[in-house]
Amino acid sequence: MSGFRLDQGGRVDRSRRVSFSFDGATYRGFAGDTLASALLANGVMLFGRSFKYHRPRGLLGAGSEEPNALVSVSRGPGRHTPNLRATAVEIYEGLAATSQNRWPSLKTDLGAINDRLGMFLPAGFYTKTFMWPRSFWDKLYEPAIRRMAGLGEAPSEIDPDHYGAVYAHCDLLIVGAGPAGIDAALEASGTSKRVILIDEQDEPGGGALDDPALWSWLNESLKDLAAAPNVTVLSRTTAFGYYHDNFVGAVERLTDHWAEIGSGPREKLWRIRAGAVILAQGAIERPLVFAANDVPGVMLASAARTFLQRYGVAVGKSVALMAAHDSGWRDAFAHARAGVNVAAIIDVRETIDAALLAEAQALGIAVRLGHSVIEVHGRLGVKGMTVARNDGSAATRIACDALLMAGGWTPSVHLWSHSKGSFAWDEALGAYVPDRPNEKVRCVGACSGKWNFGSGIVIDALPTPRNQARIKAFVDFQNDVTAKDIHLAVREGFKSIEHIKRYTTTGMATDQGKTSNLNGLQIASQALGRPVTEVGLTTFRPPYTPQTFGALAGHAKDDLFQPTRKTPIDGWAEEHGAVFELVAQWRRARYFPQGGDDMHAAVNRECRAVRSAVGIFDASTLGKIEVVGPDAAEFLNRIYTNPWKALEPGRCRYGLLLREDGFITDDGVSARLTPDRFHLTTTTGGAARVLNTMEDYLQTEWPELDVWLTSTTEQWAVIALQGPLARQLLEPLVEGIDLAAEAFPHMAIREGTICGVPTRLFRVSFTGELGFEINVPAAYGRALWEQLMNAGAAWGITPYGTEAMHVLRAEKGFIIVGQDTDGTVTPHDAGLDWAVGKKKPDFVGKRSLARPDIVAAGRKQLVGLLTDDPAVVLEEGAQIVADPAQAIPMTMIGHVTSSYWSEALGRSIALALIEGGHQRMGEMLHVPMPGQVIRAKVSSMVFYDPQGARLHV
Amino acid sequence: MLLVHCPYCEEKRAEIEFAYAGEAHIARPLDPAAMSDEDWARYLFIRSNPRGRHHERWRHIHGCGRFFNAVRDTVTDKFEVTYKAGEPRR
Ligand SMILES: [Zn+2]
Repeated sequence: MSGFRLDQGGRVDRSRRVSFSFDGATYRGFAGDTLASALLANGVMLFGRSFKYHRPRGLLGAGSEEPNALVSVSRGPGRHTPNLRATAVEIYEGLAATSQNRWPSLKTDLGAINDRLGMFLPAGFYTKTFMWPRSFWDKLYEPAIRRMAGLGEAPSEIDPDHYGAVYAHCDLLIVGAGPAGIDAALEASGTSKRVILIDEQDEPGGGALDDPALWSWLNESLKDLAAAPNVTVLSRTTAFGYYHDNFVGAVERLTDHWAEIGSGPREKLWRIRAGAVILAQGAIERPLVFAANDVPGVMLASAARTFLQRYGVAVGKSVALMAAHDSGWRDAFAHARAGVNVAAIIDVRETIDAALLAEAQALGIAVRLGHSVIEVHGRLGVKGMTVARNDGSAATRIACDALLMAGGWTPSVHLWSHSKGSFAWDEALGAYVPDRPNEKVRCVGACSGKWNFGSGIVIDALPTPRNQARIKAFVDFQNDVTAKDIHLAVREGFKSIEHIKRYTTTGMATDQGKTSNLNGLQIASQALGRPVTEVGLTTFRPPYTPQTFGALAGHAKDDLFQPTRKTPIDGWAEEHGAVFELVAQWRRARYFPQGGDDMHAAVNRECRAVRSAVGIFDASTLGKIEVVGPDAAEFLNRIYTNPWKALEPGRCRYGLLLREDGFITDDGVSARLTPDRFHLTTTTGGAARVLNTMEDYLQTEWPELDVWLTSTTEQWAVIALQGPLARQLLEPLVEGIDLAAEAFPHMAIREGTICGVPTRLFRVSFTGELGFEINVPAAYGRALWEQLMNAGAAWGITPYGTEAMHVLRAEKGFIIVGQDTDGTVTPHDAGLDWAVGKKKPDFVGKRSLARPDIVAAGRKQLVGLLTDDPAVVLEEGAQIVADPAQAIPMTMIGHVTSSYWSEALGRSIALALIEGGHQRMGEMLHVPMPGQVIRAKVSSMVFYDPQGARLHV
Repeated sequence: MLLVHCPYCEEKRAEIEFAYAGEAHIARPLDPAAMSDEDWARYLFIRSNPRGRHHERWRHIHGCGRFFNAVRDTVTDKFEVTYKAGEPRR
């Protein structure tokens, strides 16, 4: 308990007190505080437990780079957010935050035993120890490790919030509203450019917020930007990823800082396309690597100054500085001037700028040059440190309750890296700086490597007389990676930083190594005895900081995950109790239960009605394409397997569509209305693909053909009337069409009116019964359906769904492309040789039908399958073997593609793809299932009315 | 998300308006029946998959609907040029 609120200073609003809780204890802070600054002001130093060793951890930083102080915030069911950085959580009245990765409590954490066992947990430990046996990993090792080493708990309830998303376009996007970003925005504000300036913090200003001398400049500048009509300033907005062609993703946090949750979206995803981008992301201070550099109270010097000057909070009553860079001296001076005791300034360098020394002397601060910290005392908080000369002599203990580290600066090049800009190594800075851009982007300010924080030296680790192997000097605080781990990786043969990174996990935590990457690189470079540039550079990937899934998903969830397409008759089906299924994006009535029917009973009743009287079916989802033009017949002749040129107007034909590799991709019945106009149908799921394929051939292979293709799927409602009474029902309702069998045979089309509505009336059947498919303009679909239901009542008309449709077509051996075929089935395999025009010189896929693999024996072919026990219905997808007594693993010779109870036949039926199936007629095969082996005999695919007598009536 | 210049609309539009359509300048043979199995298999399955300049087809599927050709660098993922179907290889 050593941090405290200063009597004055900072940007917090001291007139507005805010109470909040952390791990159940109540604290008070001020409006404008972060959880980190408010807890520090209350003397809290312990914020979390480390990932692997469960070591006590405090704050390292003051911003989004913070690796240690991860907390969870809960605000009601479904509103639990883990892994938030305490330095980026704004406090509000009633905020309830908890620490993570500790049990039973933050102060007494049993997992801390890992710290004592540290010698048993070196780099690669998990990989080396838990690799074998595999089954132990899933059941034992991983769950145990996850309990011990982890982050916050994922929420288990559905997120009740909603999330917005916008596309934005601008001429100039500026990321980062520190002095450099604001200057860039001011410069552009006088132009006609559309400018967006975004910043991740709760107020713009960046580094200027830490420096009271810049506050009046900041106020004036923000006023000027607010007044500029062409500039939009977004706070609390994190640019998390930089993608191709200046496309930047950003998330704006809208409500997480509110005490009361409003009705608006919680967060908004900005998808910004910018003409040019300026990155002004600043720089992050580097920690120094020495023993116990992770004890709570050891922190970045710049972070301590942020708490001091921005929040009016001292991080300790007596602070010390360990510096390798001048900037830390200024941070220490700021503390002294604010009345905080500065116990000592230790600098690893032997010589220092005289002005700094003079200022230290004037402020009465003891200085030790050429010294380093070799140990930090205290477990839950800093109590002191031991320093020694760099040669290890003159070890001295110094009391302090906070230790500031000034290890130099690392430009924040994350987004630059996303944009695939190149880097140059700057020896003086010990950092990679942006070099050549890959997009229209430039870096300004500290992230460009140009800043004025003074000078320093680059050092991989502080000198120490102690045995390196016995100290924990942390490099990656979030993943608990020490200098020792990196040395071990190098000893074990890793040479590239990309490999060292993966082996030790340095830089792979949620902070992506913001504070650790360059220290890790320097240590690896020293250990390998090779310059940093030969060791490599790791690539940053989005997101810059973790973002919620909610923000990324936006509205694309639940009912809006994808569109649900509904037919014009969908409402009627819903009102009449239909059970629906999704077919592609269509919602289709699967069956219509009546009086407590289960699916089986309903489907049997629907099938009986179609076979004995008349059934009515909504076929509106069928894909439809209008093919028009003088070359329409020639085009279809090239596209489909069968001949189309001789098809007379008024007649229909079953069309089979192959890919160029010879495999079936779609089918459907199509009609020739006039010599130059066809009405095509496709499968429900294949419509868009078929149209795309046809457009492709038409535009790129045969541009000389004079043909137009138009999707008409949603222009027509299609009602199938199927059953022996269909004609009698239809006759009185139709005008202008002679329905007599001779005048209107099977596979014909007529145009006329039905119930006064223009119709394209197909005489076709997907059931094997006398049948019609009535196409009317979509808007008339439901009215016609209701008229047919009324008129059909006397004939016992029965609505049926997709399940009965499947049974009825399977009884006739009609295939469903995509169910009975899988992209490797040829027309011959499917028993559809009759649909292939043998005399046609060419069509799409024809040449492939003569390829050696396609004509080889033993291909899987579609056949019927009848179980020995007629009551047993096979499982679709079940595997088929010839000999059930063979050793496991058995040789599988095929699988069941369709399987149903056939009410008409009083037994089960199935279709199956089986090796050499056509040659196996009558052969008994076996379907091994849990607990039993089902015997089934290969049969013809046509189970019902093989002569087709019921069609031609 | 890339920006793609549609040579028909003469405008750069977002990638989500487009669909990729495989390697370009692979014309369907005029007389497939005259081809050997090997040649036909090469037409069907073998693609150049270069490191660097790649000639490829795109369709402005949610725009004008036209297929067109493009040269894109498979290393940098940058478009060099897009041009209409039927124009000579760039
Ligand atoms: Zn276009």
